[in-house]
Amino acid sequence: MSNRLSIMVISGSRERLQMAAMVASVGAVGGSDVRVFLSMNALSFFVKGKPKDAPAEGEVGQLLARKKAPPFAELFANAVELGDAKIYPCSMAMDVLELEHGDLEPYVGEAMGLTKFLDDAAEGQVWSF
Amino acid sequence: MTTRKLVDARGSFCPGPLMELIAAMKAAQIGDELEVLSTDKGSANEIPEWIHKVKHEHLGTKEENGVWHVVVRKAK
Repeated sequence: MSNRLSIMVISGSRERLQMAAMVASVGAVGGSDVRVFLSMNALSFFVKGKPKDAPAEGEVGQLLARKKAPPFAELFANAVELGDAKIYPCSMAMDVLELEHGDLEPYVGEAMGLTKFLDDAAEGQVWSF
Repeated sequence: MTTRKLVDARGSFCPGPLMELIAAMKAAQIGDELEVLSTDKGSANEIPEWIHKVKHEHLGTKEENGVWHVVVRKAK
């Protein structure tokens, strides 16, 4: 069985970004081949220098902000730096938001289209947030 | 000579202590011991799972006054 872990992140809510980052980081450091696809409302939180204060959906999201939980952006960076995960911005969302690769955080790779992501995700587990 | 490095992750939540341990493991030599301090009970369970999965050596876990001490030896 493939150890690939494909993670599609489209939400801009704190809880979903946090859980996606936890799955990506823990999966990557555990030896999985992690590929993250950022689209829709998630992508703008990966723009360089933009505050990472994603709105909470509920109680846990509010507590995450107040307590010392590792920020989702730090966990995604950990996934890349410690576990060799790959993070790709969706080419459609890049176009809609008028972003270039250089506008994004340094741990985010080059834009990828949905066809390629789905093709790569055909083996292994697929998660979406 | 074996050295033991302390990774003080008290106050952080899962998976913060695990990530701090892994960052320290990268810099450690094979045979070195690392002791993680964590106030997060979930991490006290999660860290040994990771150690076994990636085949390092779990030397023990103990709890003292609400702080978990997880000791690992870098095996590869």
